[in-house]
Amino acid sequence: MEFLLFLVRRILWSILVLVGLSIVIFAIARVVPGDPARMALGPTATAQQVADLQEKLGLNKPIVEQYGMFIAGLSQGDLGRSLLTERPVNDDIRETFGATFELVLATITLAFVFGVPLGVAAARWKDKWPDTLVRILAIFSAVTPSFFAALLLQILAGYVLHILPTTGRLPHNMEFVASVTGLLTVDSLLAGRLDVFGEALRYLLLPATALALATMGQIARITRSSMIDVSSQDYIEASRAFGVPEPIRVFKYMLRPSFVPPLTILGLEFASLIGNAFVVELVFAWPGIASYGIRTILQKDLNAVMGVVMVSGVFFVLVNLVIDVLVGFVDPRVRIRGSR
Amino acid sequence: MASETISTTPPRRLSNAYQNWYRFSRNPTAVIGAAIVILAILAAILAPWITPHPDHVGAVVNFRARHLPPSAEYWFGTDNVGRDIFTRVIFGLRISLLLALVVLGIAIPVGTTLGLLAGYFGGWVEIVIMRLTDIALAIPPLVMALAVAAVLSPDLINSMLAIAALWWTWHTRLIYSITRQLRTQEFVEAAETLGASKFHILFREILPNCVSALAVKTSLDAGFVILVGASLSFLGLGIQPPTPDLGTMVASGSAFLPDYWWESVLPGAAILIVALGFNLLGDGLRDLFDVQEVR
Repeated sequence: MEFLLFLVRRILWSILVLVGLSIVIFAIARVVPGDPARMALGPTATAQQVADLQEKLGLNKPIVEQYGMFIAGLSQGDLGRSLLTERPVNDDIRETFGATFELVLATITLAFVFGVPLGVAAARWKDKWPDTLVRILAIFSAVTPSFFAALLLQILAGYVLHILPTTGRLPHNMEFVASVTGLLTVDSLLAGRLDVFGEALRYLLLPATALALATMGQIARITRSSMIDVSSQDYIEASRAFGVPEPIRVFKYMLRPSFVPPLTILGLEFASLIGNAFVVELVFAWPGIASYGIRTILQKDLNAVMGVVMVSGVFFVLVNLVIDVLVGFVDPRVRIRGSR
Repeated sequence: MASETISTTPPRRLSNAYQNWYRFSRNPTAVIGAAIVILAILAAILAPWITPHPDHVGAVVNFRARHLPPSAEYWFGTDNVGRDIFTRVIFGLRISLLLALVVLGIAIPVGTTLGLLAGYFGGWVEIVIMRLTDIALAIPPLVMALAVAAVLSPDLINSMLAIAALWWTWHTRLIYSITRQLRTQEFVEAAETLGASKFHILFREILPNCVSALAVKTSLDAGFVILVGASLSFLGLGIQPPTPDLGTMVASGSAFLPDYWWESVLPGAAILIVALGFNLLGDGLRDLFDVQEVR
């Protein structure tokens, strides 16, 4: 019951953030540029053409009414038309989002699968060489720009060792459309195409690694410090005194509470992870939402850009909602206190 | 100002400069970090006098010297139009450091003030400010800068303002959490009882206790702002050519991978080292001040 209440409160809060986000985006798109119609048509358009487009887009209505129209469109999932592709922005985003989502999922998986054990090892052998190694790794992962990590990985794995492909999602001669979930790895398995699955994984590995490094370092670092904090708690001392075997003590009693800080960190870091995804997608020519966003920015395609920003924000808010629910699940104290 | 008589004894550990210096100098990461930061700042300021080819900052073309590998004459090699990359890297530091200075120069006062207000007054002030920070946190700074670049034009000023418009949230959250803990402390209650003004309590009683946390945060942040700025210019949204910029150099150099690797790898390494310096310095300050709140 108390969990349900926590959930409802958390969801209401997410909706409030999204409303705020929509106001910010609306302000950037409609208020800052002065006249979006003039911007869309360019300096050579006649006054009549500008007036027609203003009429068509509803730009001559009061600003509050325009925001109402914007929200009405958003609530129906309508982000307007892209000037670049001349298609609804929704369709463009739906097509590109799958690639980004797959990249981000792979990134989070890599970051946790390597980050948490590294943090546990560093805490277990505190002030010994594994600890030093993990701390150096954490610092370097935090200060390496992700485009630089991407380039170095590309040089190493693609040009020097020739073991992994450096651009795209699939080989050019491989025909496969991810039509169910948009995730190549999932859809190829659903279609029983193991060859596509293997290739998709190979293409995914480099960009996901480049993107995961920063988060992985943070997770290792925070897991280390929370494991060390937990290890001095009375109940851990007690379990040691009772002779509970070390693997059970570490993995059952210490790791569970230590799991909360890395999750929280992931939530906060997620915004910069999306930002870095833009750069990494560009380097690896990954056909995701970021590549689309960058192409449309250069064309001053406002509807598309605002769609991309809105989707990034929604993605962030949803991921944080999921994380908070997970944290509430792992740590009962959070849901009782009600969080935030 | 009757309230001037209230004792605002700083924490003892801050008062002993020599003791601090001793502990700082015994912390190898902090010393390395400080050395990198000081060197980078000096190099940026003295760039026109210490670089071998200061004229290569502009749109100089020297086709006979293009794509030369690192050598005694060109330490970092030359780029696709024959300009000395070492010179351009040193000048590129100027843009990176300027970016950090401007962004943090806006974000710290704004974020700190909002954090103090939210943490001290609570109630609807807290609700409004902290909800605003949550909204701002939902937008990745890089994506915000992209949107602003789309609406206005892609250049350094717009990118800086876009990053600053979101960066204050981190300082607000930090100062807010400290202020909330301090609000009920005896020295604050004493000042309240003596009738000190709100301004005095916020900026003379509470703020000095945030300084060490702010110093740590600022040092760590400077590195991160430089990384975000480099990412922006890598995407073509920073300062426009031919002014040298580290991110832009990595982007244009990457077109010549893998043969002319130095054109992208060395400017990239420069970004990494500067960010590393600020990060190590921040970590060192954190150990020195024993600050827990800052990530």
